[in-house]
Amino acid sequence: MWKTLHYQRALISAGLLILVSACSPAPIETAVNDPQEAKNRGTHQFNRDLDSLVVRPTATAYGTIVPGPVRTGVSNFASNLNLPGMVLNDLLQLRIEDAGANTFRFLLNSTFGIAGILDIATDAGLEERSTDFGETLHVWGVEEGVYAELPIVGPSTERHAFGRVVDTILNPLNFVIENPERSAVAATGIAARFGDRYRFSDFIDSVLYESEDSYAQARLLYLQNRRAQLRGGADAEYFDPYEELYGEE
Amino acid sequence: MLSISTLTRSYMVKNNVFTRRTFIAGAAALLATFNTRAASALTGSEAESLVVQAVNDINRIIASGKSENAMLRDFERVFASYADVPTVALSALGPAGRSASNGEKRAYIGAFQDYFTRKYGRRFREFVGGEITVNGSRKTKSFYEVNSIARLRGSSPFRVVWLVSDRSGKPQIFNIIIEGVNTLTSERVEIGAMLDRRGGDIGRLTADLKNAG
Repeated sequence: MWKTLHYQRALISAGLLILVSACSPAPIETAVNDPQEAKNRGTHQFNRDLDSLVVRPTATAYGTIVPGPVRTGVSNFASNLNLPGMVLNDLLQLRIEDAGANTFRFLLNSTFGIAGILDIATDAGLEERSTDFGETLHVWGVEEGVYAELPIVGPSTERHAFGRVVDTILNPLNFVIENPERSAVAATGIAARFGDRYRFSDFIDSVLYESEDSYAQARLLYLQNRRAQLRGGADAEYFDPYEELYGEE
Repeated sequence: MLSISTLTRSYMVKNNVFTRRTFIAGAAALLATFNTRAASALTGSEAESLVVQAVNDINRIIASGKSENAMLRDFERVFASYADVPTVALSALGPAGRSASNGEKRAYIGAFQDYFTRKYGRRFREFVGGEITVNGSRKTKSFYEVNSIARLRGSSPFRVVWLVSDRSGKPQIFNIIIEGVNTLTSERVEIGAMLDRRGGDIGRLTADLKNAG
């Protein structure tokens, strides 16, 4: 029985390997594909209201009351728990080196970093190689899909949104941690988000409340940043304002 | 996960570089832009050393321990000498700039400089304790991409690309891309939105830019 299971697993792994190596990554889009702009703008307004009424004040309170080192610890702890899911995605993308780096990082921070509260791996030069199932889909050749601003979550694309759902379901921690610990872990994740909102308050405020068109600005920032992430270290094409303004040299 | 943190960190660096107000220098640069088309060929090492110099100047200002206002003024000077603001301003304006008179353009560029300085200058403090390492360049089209890695306190390192051209008459930075986030494109969307809401009126845009950012 055990042997059969083992054999089946090996077969599945081999099948997956062939599948992944057979497909090539989807092209990185350059344009904004937003056919549902009107609906998205409605959601954006909702998110903005939610931010100004709830998220921003809560984040300010959290940032003011909780001391900086504690916030950093909470944030590190929450990030550390994302690592097993990232390793899974690294493997699904056949990025073995990244899988190794993230695994080592997880082990280092979970032990010497006191359950992930201290990010000693980054200090040692082993930075997080962030990934998610949206990226896995990209590597598998799935296209970006249309732009979508999601309630609470914010800017996304169809592919990224679907990836989030899969990441939540497939998170290896789900199979290891049970309630009430699971709720506690979820709570630190939320606290970490409030910490981010507080830490980057100036920037987020400037996009949400000082921009002439915060929807368009958020959409652009998200798409550019996300596409750069998927591109990895590869060079991008940048437009030449001189050619545009003053013609060919 | 959308890395708001990444984007934010990005901005911090940007802030520190694009900080300036001096209109006269801008007008001079504008003239230079129109007059000297046939600039001498820029090399990769020149582009890299320009970025290194700019980064060093910024670090020196931060280390000076001056008051925030004094630092802001210093950043403005750095911004004035290293960045091709007229090109950034006109590029942000887009096609609307073609029908504008020279006087309108000059006024707009001056207002844009003020706006840009305020917008990106306010958060320069977040750069304190940061470090930018230039690690090579690449020629594309008529300009150079200078690659660097920024390490800010308490953040993972991130990639910053500086675009350098000498088409203004001297080597200058005209765009900074931080983890994919392109300053010029962002400003294009912003200025475009402002212009749209003012019925395409550059005069009104110029007037309002003085209070924006």
